[in-house]
Amino acid sequence: MNRLRSLDPTVVVYLALVAALAIGALLVSTVGRNFFSAGNVRDILTGMSVLGLVAIGQTLVVLCSSLDLSVPVVISLSSLLAATTMAGDPARIVPAVLLTLAVAAAIGMFNGLVVTKLRVNGFIATLGTGLIVKGYLDTQYKGTAGTVPWEFQLLGATGLGPVPVSTILMLALATLVWFVLARTRVGHQMFAVGGDPVVARLSGLHVARPVIVAHVVCSLTAAGAGLLLASRLGVGSPTVGSQGGYDLLSIAAVVLGGTLLLGGRGSVWGTIGGVAIFAVLDNVMSVMQVNPFLKDIVRGVVIVAAVAVYTRRTLHAHRPRFGVGGPTDDGPVLGPADGAPATGQLPPAEEVAR
Amino acid sequence: MTTAPVLTARGLTKSFFGVRVLDEVSIEVRPGEVHGLVGENGAGKSTLMKILAGVYQPDDGEIHLAGEQVAFAHPIDAMHAGVATVFQEFNLLPDRTVAQNVFLGREPRRRGVVDVREMARRTQHVLDELGVTSVRPRDRVGSLSVAQQQVVEIAKALSHDAKVISMDEPTAALAAHEVELLYRIVRSLAERGVGVLYVSHRLKEVFDLCDTITVLKDGRLVSSGPADELGPDELVRRMVGRSIDTYFPGPLEGTERGTELLRVTGGGNAWVDGIDLSLRAGEITAVAGLQGSGRTELAEAIFGIRPFTRGSVEVGGRRVRVTSPRHAARLGIALITEDRKATGLSLAQSILDNVLLVIRGVFPRRTAHVRREADALMARLELSTDRLDREVQLLSGGNQQKVVLGKWLATRPRVVILDEPTRGIDVGAKVAVYDVIRSLAREGVAICMISSELPELLGIADRVLVMRDGRLVAELAPSATEEEVLRHAAGAEVSA
Repeated sequence: MNRLRSLDPTVVVYLALVAALAIGALLVSTVGRNFFSAGNVRDILTGMSVLGLVAIGQTLVVLCSSLDLSVPVVISLSSLLAATTMAGDPARIVPAVLLTLAVAAAIGMFNGLVVTKLRVNGFIATLGTGLIVKGYLDTQYKGTAGTVPWEFQLLGATGLGPVPVSTILMLALATLVWFVLARTRVGHQMFAVGGDPVVARLSGLHVARPVIVAHVVCSLTAAGAGLLLASRLGVGSPTVGSQGGYDLLSIAAVVLGGTLLLGGRGSVWGTIGGVAIFAVLDNVMSVMQVNPFLKDIVRGVVIVAAVAVYTRRTLHAHRPRFGVGGPTDDGPVLGPADGAPATGQLPPAEEVAR
Repeated sequence: MTTAPVLTARGLTKSFFGVRVLDEVSIEVRPGEVHGLVGENGAGKSTLMKILAGVYQPDDGEIHLAGEQVAFAHPIDAMHAGVATVFQEFNLLPDRTVAQNVFLGREPRRRGVVDVREMARRTQHVLDELGVTSVRPRDRVGSLSVAQQQVVEIAKALSHDAKVISMDEPTAALAAHEVELLYRIVRSLAERGVGVLYVSHRLKEVFDLCDTITVLKDGRLVSSGPADELGPDELVRRMVGRSIDTYFPGPLEGTERGTELLRVTGGGNAWVDGIDLSLRAGEITAVAGLQGSGRTELAEAIFGIRPFTRGSVEVGGRRVRVTSPRHAARLGIALITEDRKATGLSLAQSILDNVLLVIRGVFPRRTAHVRREADALMARLELSTDRLDREVQLLSGGNQQKVVLGKWLATRPRVVILDEPTRGIDVGAKVAVYDVIRSLAREGVAICMISSELPELLGIADRVLVMRDGRLVAELAPSATEEEVLRHAAGAEVSA
């Protein structure tokens, strides 16, 4: 536990992922299947790509101490816009994709402006945006619509060996976002604004800009997820986003990846690790044919346990000075120390003298 | 002093909620001078500094920098113009590195990409200029000591190529031996031709460092002139309108040691050890020690925040095990914490709600009674506001501290522990705090006071305990000199 504390959260996430892989492989082998077969690896990676895209964008928003609950409707809207604009014509793929991204960027811009200029909490602002777009979707579309041409369906279907193209795109985007966070001013500013907006302002930053950028990028990655789902389904669907539960699941993946829900600390690679853990859990449980309700229970337990571990790790503000008799490692900073009660630890001589 | 001022402010005026907090104040800072800005809390020092930093915009008046009129609409404007500010509350991101903090918002770039190596190099350069070796550009700020974080703050200001650096209470969080480093840095800044605007409540520092002293009172300019034309007595008189004799109450005549109210025998936990402590009715026990010596942790152990895991505690002769603050409050122990904003007050609530905070939670049956008595209680604390429904966050530091005191006095405690009760408050409020401490002692309360300010400790205490590395290492009479206390606190008698 002590050593675990000094590790970077991202490392902890990947250690957990390795553990999940090992346990998964073991469990899957008990039912006589090979966990690392090309087909199964492809399944896991495919499962990662959609949630991964959404979670990359969500990471930026959470880092900025905001949230984006509008991602499911952006995903649905994107799939519909793309499929109806393409209408089965390969020549319209490019304009359809551009239109979809532009609409998503506008929604993200709207979110960012409401959060920064009107100072509406991100949770509420994006909940509102989500409802507005959902209302539009519900009145305009009764069911699936549009047709995705074969050429665009390839995006979701092809791969290099066992690695799907969609996963490669997702990882390339993660690399780009990592670069933005580590090597650009707007990335540094996201950490600053999420860490402490007052410090950011007094350091001369324009506090709104990074938050708006984060919301725009988040909507764009959600649109990417929507495009990917459209290519897989062959049609656009008004419910594909909400059915996936991508709003809360993406936030869960971000937090599982070690990003502080309050913002200011975290990493995109941690998020990818979190997404991978979810994908592995899902895959193992599908292969084992576990009851779908139990799946959610497992996910829930993993999320709560992860956050509990991180919270313990951040609680050691005052370094203990005396080990003997005191809490040896996990002593909470506030509240009674665990271990024997104080009176039980009195030296015997003291008791005799009394 | 023939050089032209680098910064001139004329007729600065600012009101909040219809209250004029700054009234036609003018100030001139010359290159290479350390300009002391003093005044009681609420005198308008912080407001003036924040206007110069671009945090607030003045209602009236103008600012000239190197002869040109400027207007700061945003802190970034002030920084670009060369006015850097080290605020009292650190403006650092604990999760980021030193270099990332120093260059926040101005990261050096090459072809649009942040040049991490250049950023580290330039940060190292500034740290070298400050003569600091204990801080490295890649250190995470959260892992540094308070003094080191202070250095990062100054490095941040310095990296702007500031012509004027203003510092708000830069020593407030520093222990005595760390102040030396700050002195050295301030002097070297002045030598390089930077104008330093230095706000402090510690008069000794103002006289040690400053060439010019400007006094504010109630938002107005009282005087501004060379420091050597002012004595400490005169300065205090100008600030508060009373002489320095009343600054410390002086040793209590004919101390009557009452009964023992709290006794710790061999107390220890992960942070303190071997604590033998006895607090008696009517006695003021001071605890001195350097930052990080375990003073606060001792208070927290007694108060049940980090309970003792070894030894025994007796309150009023009965053996107890204090396991939570709630338990401590029930036993008649009060703790006035070090950081009133973070742990002492509910800032968005009213004065009355704060005063009733402990009562409502721990002694709900006494709520109505205390509510009736609240006016009298706050009058005793000389709280200079007659509206108990005011939000605490709108009060000055001194008045906030009085609210914290009121919150605990309302519980009629028998043992009162005060951790840095006068940190960052003005002389007038300090005197009020001292008066309250004395009168509590006279009423038979046992007082344990922790402070970094030795003159204060020696001025008020009946005896002084010195803490080092989590242990009580010496007991001294109030007649001890500051040097004696420091020697024990720093462990000099061992190494010498």
